[in-house]
Amino acid sequence: MGAMEFRYEVEGGNFSKAGHASSAVKKILKQLNVDARIIKRVVVALYEGEVNVVAHAHKGHILVNINEDEIGISIIDQGPGIPDIDLAMQEGFSTASAAVREMGFGAGMGLPNMKKNTDNFEIESQVGVGTTVRMTTRLS
Amino acid sequence: MKVRDIVQLLKGRIVAGSDMQDREVQYGFASDLMSDVLTLDTDHLLLITGLANLQVIRTAEMADIMCVAFVRDKKVSPEMIELATENHIVLLETPYSMFRAVSVLHDNGLEPVY
Repeated sequence: MGAMEFRYEVEGGNFSKAGHASSAVKKILKQLNVDARIIKRVVVALYEGEVNVVAHAHKGHILVNINEDEIGISIIDQGPGIPDIDLAMQEGFSTASAAVREMGFGAGMGLPNMKKNTDNFEIESQVGVGTTVRMTTRLS
Repeated sequence: MKVRDIVQLLKGRIVAGSDMQDREVQYGFASDLMSDVLTLDTDHLLLITGLANLQVIRTAEMADIMCVAFVRDKKVSPEMIELATENHIVLLETPYSMFRAVSVLHDNGLEPVY
C-alpha cells in the first residue's frame, strides 16, 4: 500500500466533538487490518491528544501519515503553550479547569499515557503560541 | 459472566446493544476518571461509572470496552446511545450505587483488573 495522509481540525472547548479524529483513524486502521492491540495503542494516544487540544487550546489540527510500517501523528495547536514540559510530563500534574475534570479528564495522566502508548514521542511548546506533539507507532 | 447476567444482577435496564447480551465479560473496572480508564490494557471489560457524558462512550470506543454500566440511574443521552450503537458497545443503567454494583458483581465472579 502507498502512503496515506489525513488531516483533522480540532475545536478548542468543544467537548462534544472530542474524539472525532481518533474515531476516524480507528476506522481506517481497522480497514487496513492492523492488529487490534496496536490500533488501541494508537487511538488511545491520539484521543488523549485530541482531548488535550479541546481542554487547553483555542484550536488545532491533526496530521496523520500511514505507511506500511508505521503511523505518524502530529497534533498541532494554537493555545497557551506549556511553560515547563518536564513538569507537564509528570504523572498527576495538571492545569485543567473544573469543567474538564467534570468530563472525566484533567488528572495529569494524558501526556504520560500518550508516551506509553507510542514508540516515539516528541513534544515542543512555545508559551503564548501553542504546542506540537509528534508521535510514531510501528504497525507490526 | 454474560452481559445478560450483569443486567439481571444489577437490576439494570439495557439502553443500547440489547442484541449483544450473550457477550462474555471477565473483568470489571469502576471509575469516573476516564484518564484512568484509558491506561487499561484489558479485554472483555465492564466499565462501571457514575459519569454520564459523551466522552465516556468515546473512551469506551478507543479502549475497546464492550459494556458500560451507569450507576444510580444516571441517564444516558440519545447522542450517547447513537455513538454506542455505532461502535457496538452495550450500555445499561442500574439504580444501584457504584459500591453495591461492584460488590454484587464481584460476589458473582467478575474479576478486578488490579
